[in-house]
Amino acid sequence: MDPVTDPLAPAPSRAKLYPSAPLVALDTLWFQVAGTLCNIACTHCFISSSPTNRSHGMLTLEEVRRRLSEAQALGVREYYFTGGEPFLNPEIFPILEETLVHGPVTVLTNGLLLTPDRCRRLKSLFDESEYSLDLRVSIDGYTAQANDSIRGTGTFDRILRGIRNLSEAGLNPVVTVTEACSDASTAAGRARFLEWMREIGLTRPRLKVLSLFRIGAEAGRLRAYESWETLRGRELTGVEAEALQCSSCRMVTSRGVYVCPILIDEPAAKMGDSLAETLRPFELAFSSCFTCHEYGVTCRT
Amino acid sequence: MSNLIAFFGGIYSNAHGLSAALKDARRRGVDAIHALGDFGGFGPHPDRVFPLLLDEGVECIQGNYEESLSSGAEDCHCGYTDPRDNHFAALSYAYTSEKTSFEWKRWMAGLPKTRRLEVGGRKVLLVHGSPRRINEFLWESTSPVSFLEKLLADADADVLVCTHTGLHWQRRLPSGRLVVNAGVLGRPANDGRTNVWYAVAEFGRDVRVEFVPVVFDTDRLAREMTDERLPDEFIETVRTGWWTTCLEILPAKERARGKH
Repeated sequence: MDPVTDPLAPAPSRAKLYPSAPLVALDTLWFQVAGTLCNIACTHCFISSSPTNRSHGMLTLEEVRRRLSEAQALGVREYYFTGGEPFLNPEIFPILEETLVHGPVTVLTNGLLLTPDRCRRLKSLFDESEYSLDLRVSIDGYTAQANDSIRGTGTFDRILRGIRNLSEAGLNPVVTVTEACSDASTAAGRARFLEWMREIGLTRPRLKVLSLFRIGAEAGRLRAYESWETLRGRELTGVEAEALQCSSCRMVTSRGVYVCPILIDEPAAKMGDSLAETLRPFELAFSSCFTCHEYGVTCRT
Repeated sequence: MSNLIAFFGGIYSNAHGLSAALKDARRRGVDAIHALGDFGGFGPHPDRVFPLLLDEGVECIQGNYEESLSSGAEDCHCGYTDPRDNHFAALSYAYTSEKTSFEWKRWMAGLPKTRRLEVGGRKVLLVHGSPRRINEFLWESTSPVSFLEKLLADADADVLVCTHTGLHWQRRLPSGRLVVNAGVLGRPANDGRTNVWYAVAEFGRDVRVEFVPVVFDTDRLAREMTDERLPDEFIETVRTGWWTTCLEILPAKERARGKH
C-alpha cells in the first residue's frame, strides 16, 4: 500500500523543512585557490577574507591537478578561481596554465596585484590556450570615496591601475560591482558605470553586478539575515531548483568540496572530500540560498 | 542512407542567404539538407523563409524561436543575461512574433526538438543548442573535450550537430566522436566579412566537415530591414560583418576577435 495514502501509517520522523536542489550536471568547478587569505579586508566580504584569515588554506598545484583529473572524468565544463586574492598564491600561473589545458578559466581578483608583468603573462596564456581565459576585477563604485569606504583607503587608484594594465596588455576584463554600490542595480546607475568604464579606457566595457550575501563581514556592515529570509517550508519547481547555481557547481577548498562558492564557512555545506561524493542533492537550508533563489544569483560570469 | 549532408544553422529571417545556401548545397549534390531551428528573428519578413524550406524538402527541427513562437511565450528564450542584449532580443522577438502568421506558428509547433540519423554506421544527433537544452550555448572556447565526451556519451551520439551561438566550429574528440557547430545563415560570423556560413558533412570512412561561406545580396537585406524599421544596430551588422548586439554572452576569446 502506498504509505502516503495510508491513514494508519506513522508520520514521517522528520518533516522536510527545506527544499533541495539536485545536481543536474557538474558543469562549473570553483577553486578557493588562495583560501581565505586576501591583501585587503572588504567590509562586505561574505567569507570575511583578510590578510589574517587562514580558515581555508592555499591550494597547491598538486591539489589542483588532482581535482582536475577528477573533474575531467565527470565532464566538467569550466573552472573558476577565487579567494581571497588568487594572485597571492605563488603557484597561480602554473595552476592557470595547467587548468587551461583542460577547459576555460575565469579568475576573480581584486586587481591590486595586476602588475604590467603579470598582465603580459596572462595575455600570453590567453593567446596560447585553445580555451577562454577571463579576468573579473572587483570594484565598489566609480569614485574613490565610494569604493575605498568598502575596500580600504587607496584601493580605488590601485584597482584602476590594475584594470589599465590588463587593458594595455590586450585583455578586456569583466568589472564586477556589488549592490553595496547603490547605483549598480538601477538602469541609470548601470549606464553611468558603463560610461565611467569607457572613460578609463575600456572601449568594450563588460559589467557584472553581484547581490550581497548578509553573512561574514557583510552581516556586521549593514545587517544580518532576518529569520524570515529562508526557503523554509517552500517548495521549488524543478525549473526553479535547476536554475540555482548549486544544481551545476561545486567548490573545492583546502578543506574539501563544498556546495557552492558562498557557503564555505558553513560546515554543513561541505559535501565530501572527493567530487564524486558530492553528486547528490543539497538541502537549501541557509539564508544565502534564499538570496540565490529570490534574486536569481549566479557567481558565474 | 545519404552520405553528403548539408546543415543549416539559424536563418534569422534571411531569405536571401537561405536561397544562396540552398543553391550552393544543390550544386554540390547533397543528399539531404537539415535546418537546425531559429528560422526567424533579427531579419525582415519571417514568413518568406518557410516556403523556401518546404519547397526544397529541408528537414527541420525547432530552435528556441520556434519553441517560443509556437507556444505563445513572452520572449525568445535566447538565454542572454545582459540587459542590453535582452533589450535587442525583445525587439527582435516582438517583430518576428507579430509578422509570423498563425499557420506557420502551427507548423513549427509540430516540429521535433531533436533528430537522430544513422549515417554510414554513425549515430548522428541534431539539436539546436545542446542535447541538454534547446538554448544552451556551445562555444568553441568553452566546450572542452571531456565535457563534450560526456555530453555525447550521455546522448548516445557519435556526431553532434548544433547551432545557436552564431559561430561555426568543429572539435574532434579522442574517442573518435565529433561535434559540429554549423554556424548560422542569418548573420555574419563577427569577423568583418559580410558572408554567412553553413556546414557540409561527408560521411565516408571518416566524417569530413567543410564550412561553406555563403555570399548573398546584403544590400537588399539591409534595405528591407531599414524599410521594416528594424534596429540600426542589426543593419550595421549585416553591412559590416561585425556583431553589435548579443555581445555580452560571448566568451572572452570569441569576444576578443570581434570589433565591439
